[in-house]
Amino acid sequence: MSRLKQLVRNERGCAPLRGGHALCQGCGVPMVVRTIVDSIDTPVVVISATGCLEVATTRFPTTAWNVPWVHVAFENAAAVASGVETAYRALAKRNALPQDGPITFVALAGDGGTYDIGLQALSGALERGHRFIFVCYDNEAYMNTGIQRSGATPFGASTTTSPSGTASFGKAQRRKDMTAIAVAHHVPYVAQAIAVHWHDLSEKIERAAAADGPAFLNVLTNCPVGWGHEPRASLEILNAAVETCFWPLYEVVEGRYRLTYVPERVRPIEDWLRPQARFAHLLRPEARGVVVKIQRQIDEEWVALRRRCEQDAAAA
Amino acid sequence: MSELKSWTELPVGGTVSPGDAEQPRTGSWRTGLRPEVDLSKCVNCLLCWLYCPDSAIRLDGTTFVGFDHDVCKGCELCEVVCPVGAIGMVRDGN
Amino acid sequence: MATRAVAARVLTGGEAVAEAMRQIDPDVVPVYPITPQTPMIQGFAKFAAAGRVHGEIINVESEHSAMSAAIGAALAGARTITATSSQGLALMAEVVYIAAAMRAPIVMAVGNRALSGPINIHCDHSDSMLVRDSGVVQLFAENAQEAYDLMVMAPRIAEHPDVLLPVLVCQDGFTITHSAEPVVLLGDRSVKKFVGEYHIPFPLLDLSAPTTQGPFAMPDYYYEVRHQQVAAMSAALAAFEDVAGEFETLSGRRYDVIEPYALDDAERAIVCLGSTGGTVKDVVDELRSEGERVGLLEIRSFRPFPVERLRSALEHVGQIAVLDRADSPGGLPPLFADLTATLHGTSAELESYVYGLGGRDLHPEEIRHVFCAPAGAAVPVYLGLRSEPCLV
Repeated sequence: MSRLKQLVRNERGCAPLRGGHALCQGCGVPMVVRTIVDSIDTPVVVISATGCLEVATTRFPTTAWNVPWVHVAFENAAAVASGVETAYRALAKRNALPQDGPITFVALAGDGGTYDIGLQALSGALERGHRFIFVCYDNEAYMNTGIQRSGATPFGASTTTSPSGTASFGKAQRRKDMTAIAVAHHVPYVAQAIAVHWHDLSEKIERAAAADGPAFLNVLTNCPVGWGHEPRASLEILNAAVETCFWPLYEVVEGRYRLTYVPERVRPIEDWLRPQARFAHLLRPEARGVVVKIQRQIDEEWVALRRRCEQDAAAA
Repeated sequence: MSELKSWTELPVGGTVSPGDAEQPRTGSWRTGLRPEVDLSKCVNCLLCWLYCPDSAIRLDGTTFVGFDHDVCKGCELCEVVCPVGAIGMVRDGN
Repeated sequence: MATRAVAARVLTGGEAVAEAMRQIDPDVVPVYPITPQTPMIQGFAKFAAAGRVHGEIINVESEHSAMSAAIGAALAGARTITATSSQGLALMAEVVYIAAAMRAPIVMAVGNRALSGPINIHCDHSDSMLVRDSGVVQLFAENAQEAYDLMVMAPRIAEHPDVLLPVLVCQDGFTITHSAEPVVLLGDRSVKKFVGEYHIPFPLLDLSAPTTQGPFAMPDYYYEVRHQQVAAMSAALAAFEDVAGEFETLSGRRYDVIEPYALDDAERAIVCLGSTGGTVKDVVDELRSEGERVGLLEIRSFRPFPVERLRSALEHVGQIAVLDRADSPGGLPPLFADLTATLHGTSAELESYVYGLGGRDLHPEEIRHVFCAPAGAAVPVYLGLRSEPCLV
């Protein structure tokens, strides 16, 4: 059966995240969430950080979630998940679970709740080795509070707290390599993925769920409002992220790097910048130097990643 | 217009059971266009189902049957992603 | 009453908490170290390493994560206990409010310690006062025996179906946590039977009934969801009485939300929290032998604040000195403020004293001075504060 049909079947007629939520028209997050939950063949418990997904899907007294779901605060999704997962193991040990059988624990956080305010709790959970999947839906800014810059905002992006202007070209700092930070915790599985390569995302989730320990997935996710594009341009933009190597698709299994997709021809970074209003200021002639710098950063990162993947493949 | 419950009628801790939760009709968000399908062209690839942010694609098993216009926000991603051009955006009647 | 004599063990308050935790044997213990709580979690860790408990310890990376993990575990369906002090309680304060709002029946032992700054590791009650309005139950122990007993009672109060709130069992840092006294322990099986099985209405791990917990609420519902906590606190007073009654049958020791001492015919009384109550009792005994009609009212349950019981216990007392081991610069000390409002409309005259901040000892002579030389002012008197240099 095709993978897509399997995802449908896994829902058993009941979408984990149903419609009627308040996420924006064309929001990139729900597809990521449904692909992930539908790719896991055990029951799932979701732990959400504060952010767009949480706020827009659970306005009391309604909810868009059909799976067990809990939210506590902004910075602690990984800590809450640690508690839920540990409770599961403790209760399983003394045969006190309400139902027998495996459960997969999935923490969902935006880049704010992962890279910045969520970093400590995530680091602790990864170091302690809890068996759960932490998914960052990375749309590269604090979108829910009005598109403020985060540690994931790319160099040169205009946000409401790093706006472009005559005295500024946007965010003046490089974004963190959160995926590398996760790898540095020696966890069994880490990957970068993207919704538009949904087959790759789905396979990665399967591997994450099978890992005997923490798994971290960084999923670049578009935001029509924050990135400045019509919803219908979503797929073109997400594809550009991959084809320009802005967002390489790879996984790190027990510390070994492996690319899961290599563009046939790497496109120039302008193909990624051009369709997004948050980069519009960079396309002016006076910002040429910034674009050159961005291209160089992407090139260096891509070369380094390829080299690491080759090394690890050779050592295998 | 739905009624607002008193504090004595609420479950402990603000807990919500999905079965008890009303589904807001976010179809009212559309600004003039809604998707319609030409079923004779549809090949049941299910990509529209996957990409729809609002779970607005209705299936029977793994067969496309239609849209849930009560929740569709008119983002047009289904039209973009359909590989055979079976989906088109039309003027909304609402 | 107790049916057999049980030998007391010499334990510090911290060790007594660790013993109570061992006997309760919770499923999940997420903890982060901070002086003076450390003996509690180290003691428990030793029990775990010796295979004497069956749950899981999570050595989290901060107190904020300790309470966060505790909520996750408690709402998942597992009995959860943690412990902290001072800056740890402050760091997790955001999540303490949320734990109460999410009705997570977590038990937390607190070794009361001053809040920075300056950084200080000794006792005062400023940490408890920081979460005064959070909606958690706060019980104060006078000594190590009470710390142990209240810990054993705490899960029953927290998990009571009408309560479902976090319960903090507070004991003075160093004064109690690190001082050894005779403590009578109950038997392991008695405690296990007393605390019983853990039940909550909506366990996250019950897949047959998925729920959404911790929702977003707009102005149309926040007020009503929060108001449930007011009812839960009210129920906690009754729950304390019920649980204390059962505990008395088990142990022979009777607890109440307030502890009057020589109060019946007192003309002047001190009201306080924690270990100072023990010192005050000694001074009361001395003054009574000199013919002075003085008494003490020690508050056991600070939250819920037992308003009705306090009114009936204190309404006949002419002058009441409230001793606060915390302050509120620019406002009124917290216990004094609560008591003034409680006794509003009665003829009692209240005086406010602040003492013991940052572990400054309160001496019997100073307590005697409080009884015998009323300040007669409504502004706080700062006991023991050096207003002039002093040679040592």
